Amino acid sequence: MAHPSVLDAPVAPAPLPTIPLSELAPFALFGSLLALVLLYFVGAEQGAVSLVAGSNVHEFVHDARHLLGFPCH
Amino acid sequence: MVRTLLIRGMLVGVVAAVLAFVVAKVFGESEVGLAIAFESAHEAPGAVAEPEVVSRTVQSTIGLFTGLLAFGVAVGGLFSLVYAVAQGRLGALRARTTAGLVALAGFAGMYLLPNLKYPANPPAVGNPDTIGERTSLYFAAMLISLAVVVGGFVAARRLAPRFGSWDAALLALVGALVVIGLAYYALPAADETPEGFPADVLWRFRVDSLAIQATLWATVGLLFGALTERANRPAPVRTPGAAPAPVPALAAGEAPTASGGSPVATGA
Ligand SMILES: [Zn+2]
Repeated sequence: MAHPSVLDAPVAPAPLPTIPLSELAPFALFGSLLALVLLYFVGAEQGAVSLVAGSNVHEFVHDARHLLGFPCH
Repeated sequence: MVRTLLIRGMLVGVVAAVLAFVVAKVFGESEVGLAIAFESAHEAPGAVAEPEVVSRTVQSTIGLFTGLLAFGVAVGGLFSLVYAVAQGRLGALRARTTAGLVALAGFAGMYLLPNLKYPANPPAVGNPDTIGERTSLYFAAMLISLAVVVGGFVAARRLAPRFGSWDAALLALVGALVVIGLAYYALPAADETPEGFPADVLWRFRVDSLAIQATLWATVGLLFGALTERANRPAPVRTPGAAPAPVPALAAGEAPTASGGSPVATGA
């Protein structure tokens, strides 16, 4: 307290640069689409909804689906 | 910039999936096995056993790993995109603090909050006829949770100039808890645990599920933060032409700059 300058001086971090949203948009679109497809196959395919016939996808990722907390069967 | 972050996020997701797999193998699989044993022992008498499409061995090893890997990569990718938005927009925070907060938000929004309402169930718990309804409710709870978490962060930033960061964060937290509490109240309850299912197995399965998700999100947040800090560290000020300089001379010449230079490390 006696020497506030000593306490204040060294550790003010330079603020991190913000990334403009326009630069982010194409990656956000691509990345989130990819991620949602992956999440869908792990979390829901051949459960409530089914894009691929049969139950191979469901049965293959079965344990991961249960343990990650998604409703399974 | 964003491309680097996205790739870093997905790679970190792979590492997180490997660690989550270890936790799942060591703790989770034994409960899954017990639940399946209960299921087989309580099948309706005379029911024909379903043909095994994928063997238990495959399900509990390569299948489990593939599922966790896909989830880890997806989470890592989404995480890095949210981090890219959050960087510099959550106040004067370091990269690792920002990454930690984003991971905490993701863990709460994508797992913890929806799971407090609709907890993870092992095989044998849950009526197959209601899978559609349970899936919709679970993803609805997840969307509400994510909206509440994002809303909480936005509110905290908006309130910060008037109340200060700490009080603003507390106010936003209380607001978020009230909204999530109302959502829990409005959503229908889940109770499909069959009669006689061992409560201890159910409890341990849910704790294991929590441990797996916590491992995954913690790894993503902390490792991504550490790697981003390392990548942001300004390169030592040297002319590129002097690359093959003799090592002892270079070390001696660089020492004062390296030890005394950290407060002025602002470039990049
Ligand atoms: Zn299942």
